[in-house]
Amino acid sequence: SLFFSPSRSKSSVEAAPAVMAAEDNDEELSSLEDENVISASEDEEGSEDERKHTKLLEAISSLGGRRRMKQTERSEASLQVSEFSVAADGAGEKVELSDLLGTMEKTPGAPNKTKKQLKNLQNRKDTLELPLSKQETEKVFIIIIIYVPTKPNNLSFQVILPLFREDEKRGEKLARTPLEQEIFSLLHSNSQPIHDPVLTPVEEASIKAMSLEEAKIRRAELQKARALQSYYEAKARRESKIKSKLYHRVQKKAKRRDFLKQFEEMVKTDPDAALEELKRMELSRMQERMTLKHQNSGKWAKAKAIMAKYDHSARKAMQEQLEINKDLTQKLAVPSEDEDEEKNGDEEAGALPDFVNDPEPILDPVNPWMRGKLSKEEPEPEVEASTEARDEDLEVQQQQEEEEEEENEEEKLLREFERKRKLREDEDDDLVPVSAEDGSKITDNNDEDKDDKVDEDDKDEEEEEEEEEEAEEVVSEFNSLFNRLMKSNTTPAVPDQNEGEELLDEGLVRVQTMEDLEALRKDRTNEANQEASVPATDTPTAPESASEPPNKKKRRRKEIDLKKVLTKQATVVKVPLAPTVLEEEEEEEVHTEQAAIIKEAFAGDDVISDFLKDKRKQEEAGRPKVVDLTLPGWGEWGGLGLKPSKNKRRKFRKKVAPPPPRQDKKLPAVIISEKRDASVAAHQVSQLPFPFQNPTQFESCVRTPIGQTWNTQTTVRKLTAPRVVTKMGAIIEPMSREDLVPKQKSNEAKRGAAILLEEKRERGKKKGSGGKRALQQKKKKMQKQKKTKE
Amino acid sequence: APKRYWEETQNATKKVEAEKSSDESKQENTDKEKKTDPFPGDAPIPEERMKKFQRGNKLEVPAGTRLKLRETLTRSEAGSDLAQNQSARYDLLLTEDALEGEEDEDTCTISQEDIAEAVDITSGSKHLLLGGRRGHVTCIEWQTKNLMCEINVMETVQDIWLHSEAMFAVAQKKWLHIYDSSGVELHCIKKFNDVLRMQFLPYHFLLATASATGFLQYLDVSVGKEVAAIPTRCGRLDVMAQNPYNAVIHLGHPNGTVTLWSPNQKEPLVKMLCHRGGVRSLTVDKTGYMVTSGLDRKLKVYDIRAFKPLHSFFLPAGASCLSLSQRGLLSAATGDIVQMYRDACGGAPVTKPYMAHRVRGTVWGVGFCPFEDVLGVGHAEGFTSMIVPSGEPNFDALDMNPYRSTKQRQEWEVKALLEKVQPELISLDPGMLGKVDNATFEQKHKERVEAVGYDPLAHKKFKPRMRKRGRSSAGSVEKRKNKVAHEELK
Repeated sequence: SLFFSPSRSKSSVEAAPAVMAAEDNDEELSSLEDENVISASEDEEGSEDERKHTKLLEAISSLGGRRRMKQTERSEASLQVSEFSVAADGAGEKVELSDLLGTMEKTPGAPNKTKKQLKNLQNRKDTLELPLSKQETEKVFIIIIIYVPTKPNNLSFQVILPLFREDEKRGEKLARTPLEQEIFSLLHSNSQPIHDPVLTPVEEASIKAMSLEEAKIRRAELQKARALQSYYEAKARRESKIKSKLYHRVQKKAKRRDFLKQFEEMVKTDPDAALEELKRMELSRMQERMTLKHQNSGKWAKAKAIMAKYDHSARKAMQEQLEINKDLTQKLAVPSEDEDEEKNGDEEAGALPDFVNDPEPILDPVNPWMRGKLSKEEPEPEVEASTEARDEDLEVQQQQEEEEEEENEEEKLLREFERKRKLREDEDDDLVPVSAEDGSKITDNNDEDKDDKVDEDDKDEEEEEEEEEEAEEVVSEFNSLFNRLMKSNTTPAVPDQNEGEELLDEGLVRVQTMEDLEALRKDRTNEANQEASVPATDTPTAPESASEPPNKKKRRRKEIDLKKVLTKQATVVKVPLAPTVLEEEEEEEVHTEQAAIIKEAFAGDDVISDFLKDKRKQEEAGRPKVVDLTLPGWGEWGGLGLKPSKNKRRKFRKKVAPPPPRQDKKLPAVIISEKRDASVAAHQVSQLPFPFQNPTQFESCVRTPIGQTWNTQTTVRKLTAPRVVTKMGAIIEPMSREDLVPKQKSNEAKRGAAILLEEKRERGKKKGSGGKRALQQKKKKMQKQKKTKE
Repeated sequence: APKRYWEETQNATKKVEAEKSSDESKQENTDKEKKTDPFPGDAPIPEERMKKFQRGNKLEVPAGTRLKLRETLTRSEAGSDLAQNQSARYDLLLTEDALEGEEDEDTCTISQEDIAEAVDITSGSKHLLLGGRRGHVTCIEWQTKNLMCEINVMETVQDIWLHSEAMFAVAQKKWLHIYDSSGVELHCIKKFNDVLRMQFLPYHFLLATASATGFLQYLDVSVGKEVAAIPTRCGRLDVMAQNPYNAVIHLGHPNGTVTLWSPNQKEPLVKMLCHRGGVRSLTVDKTGYMVTSGLDRKLKVYDIRAFKPLHSFFLPAGASCLSLSQRGLLSAATGDIVQMYRDACGGAPVTKPYMAHRVRGTVWGVGFCPFEDVLGVGHAEGFTSMIVPSGEPNFDALDMNPYRSTKQRQEWEVKALLEKVQPELISLDPGMLGKVDNATFEQKHKERVEAVGYDPLAHKKFKPRMRKRGRSSAGSVEKRKNKVAHEELK
């Protein structure tokens, strides 16, 4: 059968109307309820004087205020009937329980049991608690206990819900209030009988399973648990009433410490629960992030802030608070699930360039410094190839350039596939630690101790996991994560020869969390093995991706071809003299040492990614920004929390014309500053001089230097010769009227400069001839021309 | 009677014109007697040589241009053609020679002893300045071995620079010092601290220094003023070179990049990624090639005009010091071997060095002697000079005369100072000066505002004058303001 109890009230039976009790007690209970309602009893001792007095008081009080006199209503039959109204004034008088129960003695039909109960009730002196409010009753907490009688006949409880009593047969229509509906649905979902109090299949099964003793034991256990719970509650209540802040602080700290300890244990023993716990922590962190707690803005913090100047402990406390806040509000990089987002992220000039994905190779297991890219430069086998090979390479490069976009897509696909596979492998690793061992076998002897440890750990985990074979995805996820953490601490170092190439066929997998990074690092060994297989897979996929419609955005954003930038095929130079100092080995050693030191110093930096980041930054800075001229609240409603409408924003957003393409657009390894050098501008010609019509004309005129630093002597003399040479001592006569006669358009003028030069020459030939003669000659010429024309 | 000077000039001009008209007269001659002159006209100039002296492209004068413009354009074109022709014609006089081995003999196996036997060095005095790690500074005439001065500065010497025989600068551990030819300290420039490398821009009279603190500073030697101090934010700067073509300073950085700087910009003009490892050494040719060597043991040749890599060589030991001669011969020091490469910049990739020589210790620095076929090598055991056919045989005595006398030097100094190029003109394109500034008015105005510190064209806001007797009440002030606003609208 079922038993419902309201959460709050102790005397649940009476208080909750929705609750049912056993059949036997039913009548008595209803009578009790009646009693509750009839709370007043007639008091015959009340004298008339008193009544009059109260009336007087009432009358006086009514005189002063606006309050109207309440007409007392007659609700009960009484002995005294007022002459003014029918109201029974015995309302204030209480009904004694004994009066009511007195009649019980006289009635012969009543069972002894009930009489006894009523007597007990009569003896109780404490008042009953108020029934729960309506809201609270709605929140009834439902506990379902399956009561298991040994013999079905003996203890046949019948659940007859008061709620559903009215029309049981109509089923769904019974449930009217939300509470009812809830209960109904609950029953329904648990396959409990609603209409017929026949045992459910579960109950039947349990009946078979349990004997009476067991049931008793169980009951005892339950009782104990309940008692314990109540004790605990009482304790908690008591503690919560303690006002000492110090006490609470200490308590909190202790709790936190305990919790951490527990959690650590839990991680080892029960990863499932630990994961759950983690989630809970995450939730609390999120809540914290939403609130303004621990920001030192509360009353306490303000008080402390005042004291902080003088009091060390106060300062410390504040700092602690801030630290807590920092811890809690730290924003975590959440790995995104969907690939679309990844793609978007790639297309954006992301915060992290792709190079970050590069697994850091550990070349020298002993020296942690030697991780960088510097030392892995070995002469490639093809390097010694002749120039023909080089040409071929160039061709190949060009082809690569052409196929670049497609390849990018292929690579992306491949990368994606690989990544997923690796994730799966990770999980497999958890279950099959042998594979991890295989991986570590490659390593040097130095790492063997560590490996042993790892193996042990793995075995432990394996055992645990065997216990929980049915662990779900979540659990496995957590395990893989944890395993990765464990392994990352002891990752065996494998010399990675192909690092350079790896760097070049850079993928589009974006690392977003530390875990991913860790995973990548772990997978490095695998990648080295797959290196050979990758190109093989490349070729079949190529036509497929080529047939795919190419992504336009991809096309636009050309990835930098690093092969072109830094791994230009280097021709090895053969040195006839033996490669430096074979005779003086000591010095050679010194050299290598120095080189090692230098390498050490610069090992950390990833040169290429830094450069690309820098370039991207520069490009960003050069791009014009969209000017938003929207005035909030102008032409529409404004105020707190109101944003200007999209339409308006679109209208007032001024897009600046894109700048001319960057000079270094086609040079991946070069950043050319686009800043204008204003200093030269001061010396430059800012306005086009007179006869010129465009700058190119002017520039071509100025392009040849005329100084003797750049020219032969004769050239300088010719170039710098004055156009007009005025001879000293010659008389220059004023212009005559004839000179001012407008010239006719002659062939001479059209012929231009050459003729002018000739003229000049003629003039020069005449020794000592003055300006006058020249003029006269000119005149004569003109006259001649006129004549010939005529 | 004494001749008047104009008569003289007339004669001179007449001569010039006679030259000019010579081809015409020749043509006339050929018309008259065709059989007599088998090579009519001027001697033809090879196309290549013409190309060598070409400056810019020829401008085609469009059909509908105005007379005046047409005139100017044709004249200037004629001038350019003349200059080009003449230069190409006289190029014949410039000779050059190179080391040529006998048949089947590798030039790089010829030892220096053999060369020294075959060569007789005759040349004017030239000075050599040496600075030791431990503070030893010496100035000698390297051919006569005459010691000019020898001092010990009692500090680490980072770099040295010889302006003329009268003066030299030494970058010491802390500051930059300038000494005269007898070793007397003239200046201690404390503004230039922790200098590691120096470069002198001869036509600008600028001493560019790169310091350990990451500052690139320019000192105007003629005035003694700091022209620019640029915080490069690139860490320790110990690789430096100048581009003789445009006086731009190249700096090499430990992150494999090479940056180009001018004193006029606070950010690098160009930043290029050259090596995977740090850049060890760097040198630039005046024809537009840059050679870099890095910790990745590669030697790379870049076309600095297009910023594109041309060649990449793999040296087994990597080059620690690089130097380019006036004629484009590259010397690279790897450990204790100095290798020479011919045509490393242009042409086909090189597979073996042109010459090689082993010196006694690790090489610290190499430098070609200008106008001489000598390479100076500073190494751990001292200084070695070796004979390499590297120098420009044809010097311009007006520009740089290796045989100059004291008087000539003094004159040169004055002339050079008069022709000093202002530091503002340093930019990637040295021909910027001959171009029209096509910046918009807005841009110019912006620059002006930046330079002046305020907007000179800004409209001043009307501020009503304070008046007495209640005429400065809020209402009347507002009225006055309105009036002014109204006027402005008109």
